[in-house]
Amino acid sequence: MSDVMQDGEATPGDGTIPGDTSTLTKKDFTSDQEPRWCPGCGDYAILSSVQGFMPELGIEPHKTVFVSGIGCSGRFTYYMDTYGMHGIHGRAPALATGIAVANPELSVWVVTGDGDGLSIGGNHLIHALRRNVDIKILLFNNQIYGLTKGQYSPTSEEGKVTKSTPFGSVDHPFNPIALALGVEATFVARTMDNDRQHLTEVLRRAAQHKGTAFIEIYQNCNVFNDGAFDLLRDKAQGKHNQIRLEDGQPIVFDDGERCVRVGENGRYEIALTSETSPESIVVHDAHGRPSLPFALAHLSKGPDEPSCIGVFHEVERPVYGQAIQHQLQAATERLGAGDLGKLLRSGDTWTVE
Amino acid sequence: MTKGVQERERIVVRFAGDSGDGMQLTGDRFTSATAVLGNDLATLPDFPAEIRAPAGTVHGVSAFQIQFASRDITTPGDHADVLVAMNPAALKADLETVAKGGVLVLNEDSFTQRNIEKAGYTTDPTQDGTLDGYQVFKVPMTSITVRATEDIGIGKKEAERAKNMFALGLVSWMFGRPTETTINWLEKKFGSRQEILDANVAAFKAGYNFGETTELFAESYKVDAAPQEPGTYRNIAGATALAWGLIAASERSGLPLFYASYPITPASELLHELSRHKNFGVITIQAEDEIAAANIALGAAFSGQLAVTGTSGPGVDLKAETIGLAVIMELPLIVVDVQRAGPSTGMPTKTEQADLLLAMYGRHGESPLPIVSASTPAECFTAAIEAARIAVRYRTPVILLSDTFIANSSEPWSIPDVESLPEIDPAFATPNGPDFLPYSRDERLARPWAIPGTPGLVHRIGGLERQDGTGNISYDAANHELMTRLRQAKIDGIADDIPRLDVDDPTDDAQLLVLGWGSSLGTITAAVARARSEGRKVATAHLRHLNPFPANTGEVVRAYPKVLVPEMNMGQLAALLRARYLVDVQSYSKVQGVPIFTEELEHEITRLLDE
Repeated sequence: MSDVMQDGEATPGDGTIPGDTSTLTKKDFTSDQEPRWCPGCGDYAILSSVQGFMPELGIEPHKTVFVSGIGCSGRFTYYMDTYGMHGIHGRAPALATGIAVANPELSVWVVTGDGDGLSIGGNHLIHALRRNVDIKILLFNNQIYGLTKGQYSPTSEEGKVTKSTPFGSVDHPFNPIALALGVEATFVARTMDNDRQHLTEVLRRAAQHKGTAFIEIYQNCNVFNDGAFDLLRDKAQGKHNQIRLEDGQPIVFDDGERCVRVGENGRYEIALTSETSPESIVVHDAHGRPSLPFALAHLSKGPDEPSCIGVFHEVERPVYGQAIQHQLQAATERLGAGDLGKLLRSGDTWTVE
Repeated sequence: MTKGVQERERIVVRFAGDSGDGMQLTGDRFTSATAVLGNDLATLPDFPAEIRAPAGTVHGVSAFQIQFASRDITTPGDHADVLVAMNPAALKADLETVAKGGVLVLNEDSFTQRNIEKAGYTTDPTQDGTLDGYQVFKVPMTSITVRATEDIGIGKKEAERAKNMFALGLVSWMFGRPTETTINWLEKKFGSRQEILDANVAAFKAGYNFGETTELFAESYKVDAAPQEPGTYRNIAGATALAWGLIAASERSGLPLFYASYPITPASELLHELSRHKNFGVITIQAEDEIAAANIALGAAFSGQLAVTGTSGPGVDLKAETIGLAVIMELPLIVVDVQRAGPSTGMPTKTEQADLLLAMYGRHGESPLPIVSASTPAECFTAAIEAARIAVRYRTPVILLSDTFIANSSEPWSIPDVESLPEIDPAFATPNGPDFLPYSRDERLARPWAIPGTPGLVHRIGGLERQDGTGNISYDAANHELMTRLRQAKIDGIADDIPRLDVDDPTDDAQLLVLGWGSSLGTITAAVARARSEGRKVATAHLRHLNPFPANTGEVVRAYPKVLVPEMNMGQLAALLRARYLVDVQSYSKVQGVPIFTEELEHEITRLLDE
């Protein structure tokens, strides 16, 4: 396989100078397919940010694969001028696992949604996170089923009135960040569709991470769930309600007016900074035990309360594909390269003259 | 004392005992010794789904049957000539499998009042006339084993566990099997645990010597080696042959083998076997579920590997949507279905051929794919290579059908030269212009296989309908019809690229064609041979490609006044043949979780011919 993936192989019609990745631009990652989301959809902003960010990675489009499932987010794949695989509902993490394990040289990205990734595909998501496959998972959370025209999703708040829940949803929602931390994901972050700078910064750290990165992106569905994240997304309100996590920094927000402190029973709570002694303000540590980010994930019940954004957790653990390759190498060193003729003749044989 | 030796052409031996008695191992070792001796053979492991059903009950009986002969044989035999029963439950469960007048070797120590009752007997079957008409040999296997291992210094419990080796030794003597094969194997297996090794060897030798020296057995039997073509042979089970066939396909295509699977009886053996061969570059992944296994494999196929997912019927149900995705993505993916009995969980350790229509039609929309099937344990090797060849050549998922019977049973196999195996050309797409068309087609309608990492071939594929040529999403009505017909035509076209259906009709004027597929080959061959020896004119043919059928299949089924299709299902191939060729084929159907018996089928052949 390696003979078709050599670095810098000259190819007619590719348009780029082989091996030179410094000239990559957003255009190199933009396909000729016209995006077909609803006007005003948060997906446009995410697409634009991702296309704009990819050149920075210095990985050529042909070494990049986007994988998606079903739902509005699923179309993302077609708009990236990279290799792409648009699979069936919920299975993108499994497809991506196969792609990444088979060829560890590739940069593999999964685009999924709250229905695709947390409902029908929940099993694959948690197992990808557990294994720590080298894939980056972008979960567009709009707290609604958009493509099927407005049913509640596994992240919709309790009481949500939708077409399938005219009397309000009685389901308790997932907390995606807590879920990812619970299955010991090695990189867990949250960002927002319309904050290009923050989104790009999170993508940058995710791309550098070795293993599975899980990024929840609050994404506005302006047709079926408009305004779900206004408290955080809206410029004026967001200023007061976004709790931006910065490594090693005390967690303060709302122009320094409020902070996160350790309250009674060790629970984290929001307090006025002026009424809190500096030593009881929580200092963010993304590289430590998952209990701190887990508590931060539970600071709010949902995006209608002040909530954390940024990188919650970022730790190192053996990467699944690499561990597999090591086993292959170790087995070959120990047993010698496989000899089929010898294998077929192993054990008891007899010869008829 | 000199004992008589009776010559036999063929013998069927059945070992039966508790699940924990090691009967499969005993049968397996007896098979190895028999193979080395040059007999032709066929085996039938028959075990319960429960790992350890309550000891001493009929539910917990595990059996292993082997037929071996000095001539070509094709089935494990309808009835046992010799039954070795380690306890009353084994006798109760398997007595009906023994031919009248057959030999019963019973572990006398286990026939206690308690065990007799546990087996469901009200009185002692060895005393009450139940066994009249059989030759009964009662051997205190447990106590002799314990005595034979006394000096080794292991506990009584450990010693008792070696009683299966005593039984093996005794039966090895009865049939003149070589002892070295078994002793060498024991040394290899228990080499590091000296006491266990010594106990097993002692028990084995005690059994062998018991046969030779006691007056209980007046004679032993001799079955000469069967004539075989020159070559080097080994005994091989279907599961191993299939795994090695996949490794061979990997080697002959230059594509790394990538196997993703979820544990399921009886397909787990494939996962186990492939996992052992990492030095061949084989990647095995135990996925979180059946659906994941299929998708992980499909992702690997996109990345340019020889991608395989293996399962049994319930897993195929779960993988259906992903197989459909592979159909529309037109990527090579091998799906192995080791069929087992029944709907739902059914009878996981029993055999059946009832997934043919599932393989054929078990997906939504028009989603045709090729189906290849293996007919004998050794044939699993070539069937795996053939499935890989078709998958890679045509960029399509292929379903490879095996079943519990051939996966678990074994037969002698003339080991092929690696160089003689077919080569498979992956023919990856290479850039040849500015506008790559991922859904352009070659002369056999296969599309390019362009793998990520290749410059100049960047493209997107997915489950939405593709536009012809560009592969872009298309909802165009005419394009959908075109693509549907193209996908069908691609699969139909494979008919020109597979061997024609070979008919065996020695007199050329047979009145009946027996047409089969899959593991009923052995029974069909044996039953037809018997019918012919009675002067009946019968032709046979066997399908190894179930979709598409070989190009001459219609011609063949129309050429005979009567066509009989024996299957371990309710007539699935018969239904396909009737629908496709408008021929009134007769179905012979058996769904008991065991292979069709030769005499049953012979009877049906005679009945149809006399009708």
